[in-house]
Formats: sequence, C-alpha cells, structure tokens
Amino acid sequence: MPLLEIRDLHLAMKSFEGEAHVLNGINLAVERGEIWGVVGETGCGKSLTGLSVSRLVPSPPARYMQGEILFEGRDVLAASEEDMRKLRGRRIGMIFQDPTTNLNPSFRIGEQMIDVALHAAEDDPALLGLTKTASRSERRSAARRLAVELLDSVGIPNAADRLDSYPHQFSGGMRQRVLIALALIGRPDLLIADEPTTALDVSVQAQVLRILFDLVQKHRLAVMLITHNLGVVAQLCSHVAVMYAGNIVESGKVDAVLSAPKHPYTQALLAAVPGRSAVRGALSALAGSVPNLLRPPPGCRFAPRCPHAMPRCDAGAPPMIGVAAGQQVACVLYDKTAEAA
Amino acid sequence: MLLHVDNVVKIFASKRPFARAVEFAALKGVSLEITRGQSFGLVGESGSGKTTLARCILRLDDITSGRIIYDGQDLATLSPRALRALRSKIQIVFQDPYASLNPRMTIRDIVAEPLEIHHDLVGLSAQARTDRASELLALVGLRTEHLYRYPHEFSGGQRQRIGIARALALNPEFLILDEPTSALDVSVQAQVLNLLHELQQRLGLTYLFVSHDLGVIRHVCDRVALLYRGELVEENDTEAIFESPRTDYARTLIAAMPSPDPARSLWRAA
Amino acid sequence: MTVADAAPVLSARREMWRRSVYRFRQSTLSIVGFALVAALLIIAAAGPLIVPHPDHVAGAIDTAARFKPPSAANWFGTNELGQDMLSLVVAGARVSLFAGLAVVALGAFVGTIVGAIAGYFGGWTDDILMRLADLKLTIPGLILAMAVAAALGPGILNMVVAISLSWWPGYARLVRGEVMAKKEEMFVTAALALGAGAGRILRRHILPNVMTPVIIKMSLDMGFAILTVASLGFIGIGVKPPTPEWGSLLSVARNYMPDYWWTAIFPGLAIFIAVFGFNLLGDGLRDVFDPKARR
Repeated sequence: MPLLEIRDLHLAMKSFEGEAHVLNGINLAVERGEIWGVVGETGCGKSLTGLSVSRLVPSPPARYMQGEILFEGRDVLAASEEDMRKLRGRRIGMIFQDPTTNLNPSFRIGEQMIDVALHAAEDDPALLGLTKTASRSERRSAARRLAVELLDSVGIPNAADRLDSYPHQFSGGMRQRVLIALALIGRPDLLIADEPTTALDVSVQAQVLRILFDLVQKHRLAVMLITHNLGVVAQLCSHVAVMYAGNIVESGKVDAVLSAPKHPYTQALLAAVPGRSAVRGALSALAGSVPNLLRPPPGCRFAPRCPHAMPRCDAGAPPMIGVAAGQQVACVLYDKTAEAA
Repeated sequence: MLLHVDNVVKIFASKRPFARAVEFAALKGVSLEITRGQSFGLVGESGSGKTTLARCILRLDDITSGRIIYDGQDLATLSPRALRALRSKIQIVFQDPYASLNPRMTIRDIVAEPLEIHHDLVGLSAQARTDRASELLALVGLRTEHLYRYPHEFSGGQRQRIGIARALALNPEFLILDEPTSALDVSVQAQVLNLLHELQQRLGLTYLFVSHDLGVIRHVCDRVALLYRGELVEENDTEAIFESPRTDYARTLIAAMPSPDPARSLWRAA
Repeated sequence: MTVADAAPVLSARREMWRRSVYRFRQSTLSIVGFALVAALLIIAAAGPLIVPHPDHVAGAIDTAARFKPPSAANWFGTNELGQDMLSLVVAGARVSLFAGLAVVALGAFVGTIVGAIAGYFGGWTDDILMRLADLKLTIPGLILAMAVAAALGPGILNMVVAISLSWWPGYARLVRGEVMAKKEEMFVTAALALGAGAGRILRRHILPNVMTPVIIKMSLDMGFAILTVASLGFIGIGVKPPTPEWGSLLSVARNYMPDYWWTAIFPGLAIFIAVFGFNLLGDGLRDVFDPKARR
C-alpha cells in the first residue's frame, strides 16, 4: 500500500463568477522514499493538490466533488478535524514558499520550535524520548535538545546558540531551513513542500535542495515537492507529475518524463526553458493561454493550445495511458486501441 | 560606447536620531561599458547591488562617487532640463508586472503617461496620444480593444507587455530590463523573451538585462557581468563566462543553476 | 507571435462592480446597514413632502394638543408645544444627515490634503503637520467643538466647522500612513522613472489608491458625526429651535421624559438607527474593499 494515494480527486472552487472545476480527477500514489515533483504553471492546481492532502483548503469556497485521499489507507477527506490536527503536526509536515511569513517575528526561533515539540509530544511522549510520567522541566529540556538536533541536521551552524535568535536575525535561506526543521519535529512520514526554494537565491536554493535530499535518504521520507521550476524537479525528484488546468497530464520517473516527454504540454514546457541550444528570439512559446475553468474545454483541457489537436480530443477527457515502465500520459496520441478501431 | 559606468560607489546611510549612523555600501567601485545595440547581462543574487546600479543609472538614486556617462554626458552634471530629456532615452521595465502598473488607471492612460509627462518634448494632442498608445499595444502584441481595460484584467505576461509598451512610448535607445520575466511562468517567459528580442532587432535597442536567472541571461545576452556584494567579480562574453568561468563565485553560481536535464543532477544517483 | 486573450468579455467597471456587489451581499448585516442608510437618505430627501404637519416643522404650535401619546393621528405623539413628533423627527433626518455628512466631508477633505503632503514629502513638513494634528489629541473633541461653536455663535455651518476641527487629524493620520506605503509601490517608482513630478504622482498615482480606506472611514465616522451633532444640539449650542434636530429634540424632551416618554424615545431611536446603519454599512464596505481585514 502506498503511503499516500490520491484517487480521482475532483475539487470545485466557488467564486462570484460561478463554480470552477479546479481539480479534475487527480490520481497519484506516493511511496516512502520517493520525491514527487508536482510541476505546472500558475493556476494548474498543484498547490491545491498539496493543500488537499492535509485538508487545508478552506471549504467553502472549496467543495470536494468526488474522490478520496488515502494516507496509509485512511481517507483524509472523511477524517474528523481532531484526527486531522494530529495528522498535520505529526505525520504530514508542510513547508511553504515564503519563509518570512511563516515564522512569528516576535518569538525566538527556539521558543517556536520547543512549543511545537511540546505540543507534538502531548500525544506521543516517545517523540522526545520520554515516558508519560516525565516532568515539565524534563519535557522542556528534551524539546530543546530535539530543536538543536534538528537545526543541526538542516545545516544551521552553532544550532544551540541560534535558538535564542529571532527570525529577522536569519537570512532567507536560514529561515527556510528553520521551517524545514519545524516541519520535521513530529517525525513526519510525508513532507509537502510548496515552492520551498522559490524565494531564495540559486546558490542557497541548491543548499536547501541538498538538505531535503539528504533527509529523504536518512529517514525514508516521502516528499511531495510542488514547484513551477523544472530545473528543481530534475535535480531533486525521483518522480514527477506534470499538471495542466486541474489535470495530471503526464507522470512517471523523472529521467523518463524529462528526457523523453510524451505529452505535448510537457514537451512545450521543456522547450520553453531557455537553454544554450535555442536560437535567440526563437524560444518555442506556447500559443494562447490557460483555459477559463468556469467553462473548461469539453474534452482534453489542453486541446485548444495543442499543436496535435484533432477532433477526438474534444470527445471526452483523455484516459491515462501507460507508455513506458511507470510512465503515463493523458493523451489520445498514444491510444493504440482507438487507432485499431 | 553608449553607457560607461566608471568606478561607481553607492553608500546608503541610515540616519536615526540617538543611533549611530549605519552605513551600507551597496556598490563598491563598479565599472562597466555597454556598447550600442548590445544586450548586456547584469547577474547577481539578492544584495549584490544589481538593482541599485539600475536605479542609479535611472537617477532614481544618486551615486556617492564615480561617474555614469551616457552617450558622452555625465549624468550627475546634467541640468534638470537635460535630465528630463535624457529620461526619454533611458527607460525601464520592472520585475513585477502586477505591482508596476497603477491598478486605477486604464491601459491607455498607463501607456500614454510618458507622452503626457514629456508633453513639452513630444507635443502630441490627447487624441494623438491615444493613437500612439494603440500603436504601441500593437507593437507588443496586444490589441486596440485592450486600451480601456484595467491592469487586473490581464494575465502576468500581458501585463509585462503593457509595461514594455509604456517603456517604448518615448522611443528610447536604452532599456533597463529589471528581472522582466522572473514573475512569469516559463511558457509566458518564452513569449516575452521572444518579444524583447524582436523589438531589439526592429528598434535597434540596447539592453541592460538585470537578472538572477543564468539560463535566461545565457539565452539573451552578448556580454555578462557578475556582481557579488557590490563588487564586479567577473565580466566577459556570455559563452566565455559559462564555458570557462575564471572566478570561484562564477563557478559556484553556474553549478547551482538547476538544469532541467535529470542526467545533470548533482547528487541524485540515477 | 500570439496574444493570450483576456478572458472576461465584460467591461472593467462592470466587472469590478459585480465583484463588489457579490462580496457585499455575502454579509446580511451589510445589507441591513445599506437598507437603513438608504431609508434614512430617502426620508431626508423627501422629508418636507411627506411629513403630516409641515407647519409644525416651520415652527407653528398647537397648545390644545400638548403631550398627546402616540395615536393613529400622531404616530409618535406630540410634544410640549403640541407639535407632531413624527413630523419633527422626519424633518430632523435632513438636518442631522446633512450636518453629519458635512462634518465628515470637510474633515476628510482637509485631512486628506494634510496627510498626503506630510506622507509624501516626509521630513520637516511631516513633523510640523503631524505635531499640529497631535495637538488635537490633547483636547477632547467635544470640548473643542463646544468652545469653537460658542465662539462662532449658533448656526448649523458654524457647528460643522467647529466639529470638523477635531475630525481632520484622524484622516490626516490615515492618509499619511497610506501615502507612505503607496509611495514605495513599484508603479510609483515607474512614474518617477518616467520623470513625473510630485504633483502628478500624488494626484494620479497615490491619491486614487488611498481613497478607498478614506471612504470606508467616512462611512464608519458618519454615525459618530451624527452623534456629535446631536450632542451639541443636546447641550444647546448646535442647531437652535425651531430647526428640528434630533439632539435638540432630545434635549427638550429630557425635561418631560418621566411622564411623556414618547417625546424622547423617538428622536433617540432615530439617532440610534442612523449610527447603527452607518456603522454596519461601513463594516460592509470595508469587507468589500479590504477583504484582508475580514475577521
């Protein structure tokens, strides 16, 4: 059984203009030790997919129309709020894009970490290596030790001294490391990182990615890395799911998908990255823009911009077709059965 | 040579009462030369001083020492009148197309604003300004019917086109592009980069392309300068920098650049 | 090269309007506020045409009909001069709303100008203007208004000026802060890079973007302004009888309150409804224009 399995997830978002069908049947399975890159452009639904796993999408305006999100076989969407709270802090860790807004500026880093650790230890004292009978001060010092240990593991020098620093005394990269350390307190099995390096400089980004990679190796974490940056995916991820307008259009092992992309959208996305080979002024740019999800195209949502579009594309949502070992693509171009018929 | 930045120093001093004056050197003696028609890349991470240099060239900030010479004229010695005239030749496109357009102005008013500000120079009637705005929109790939809409109705890429149209209104020679695509999705970035290239060919523009994205820089620039904490650490022709970087900083930066090729992952065992 | 299409077919203004109406309607209380204010405005506008006894509003008295309790003939009863309370309260809506609006508008106008100048130029200009504004904080508003109104003499305009004197600093502070924030916006830098001067930047780029919080504050302040006008009327230095004004109606009724409750209750209720309505409306507007401030 995979650690996380999203099955046919449909999500609608209500706004003053009407209800937009923003997730249109997402299927994804993540095993321990895998780093899944969920990649796509603005508004494709990648962040909503990540937030849905820890059920952090406010509803209303969101409404889950169908599907389930199984974490160790239990449906997250049907869980009680109490169970979710335990799940979020402990089993599922989250890291967000902006490291400044997710730390309270008026408390020391150490206090914030100890606080989270003590809270997590209320349910599970073993987290701090203690029994239920441990005294307050024992808990506190154990929590402090854990905080130092974690800051150390994400590469913060002199971790014990830095506990007394305030967030503003850290650089952006250091703050993002603190957030990773915070997310690791409950020893999560799954880490959801939403654009964790987008606000950082490239050299710092490389360091943070490296830390994530080492953590996965060490703890056999499963990671869902949400990003728009194909470079980050190529560097870090073992698997990738490419999203477009609320659908996963292609998924599989990173090497396979990025070196031999099958879906026209994945191909276009890779071709648009400026590289050495492209002639200046002749980057292949996708025509048109993303569809309005209030009135999505009838069949394949990419069809209106697709260079290979044919009448069949409008007939209905394209099925996921296996094209190679573990590589799947939602495009009728690869539908052999229909060709024969 | 069109622009000569000569040993420019910029020191920011924070003056607060009852506190020791804190000085921060954003630029520590930077020199570079940009020739007409060139695409010059200015690369650096946050705090490198690349945006400060751009602001100094635009005279949005005054330099502490050194000289910035544009087309033979020292910017610091220009009369206010001459400075205004110069503004029409040097224009800027900003990073964030969401923040750099006034949300309460129509596209027509945004694009025609430079013509209005420099009315003494261009002398166009209101109707002629509208015509020019519509011409500029066509130049950047937008349509006349977009004239009376507001910025929020446009996507990021379209807004950046509007920002470019505004920068082109006064027929400038020199365009500072301050991270013009870093807020955009890759497929949109490709459209905007293509447009910028096409405009350069058509209008004979000179570009100072400020960015932290080495992939983009490599794609669009002829020559690149690397800034690190206010100092220029390396400058060379683009391919030379990427193929044989001379400094450690350049090597680190190039190595850290995430390539979309999974085979080039630094640590992931294939 | 292709152009991505802007999806909406609606015109910009209409779309923004629709969006605002949608958000406004999300809250029942805002609609109640809007309805109350709308009703008050209609009453104020139509006042003289709909009152049952226009002559009483003009000052005529009817000593035979003193202190009649509410009845079918006089819904709100009559006062010590035999005047129809309904007529007076309805006519008072115009005076109170006008005075409140004038106070708020004058305060906002002066405050916006002062705040914009202080916030944009900073430095000494800012220091001087803001210390001037602080000065007001050392004197309670009502006392200041009383003193000035007493000095200027009675009359509705004098009263408006007197009250506004203690109202503009609030707007100046608000606008100053907003201007200082907007000054750092990229589109202002863009205008500077184009060579725009201070006047143009304030007028075209900054002020249009700070008017929303000012309008919200005006609507929230309306209730309190009406209350202040009524307070001055109540202590007898605002609008003088026979001009019907809620505060002065209440003031007169105070003497007869234990025996003839209706003379006090209806003007009081009118003040309450006006204050309540404008506050709800202001809250609603804030939700529409500044969704981030929502609870």
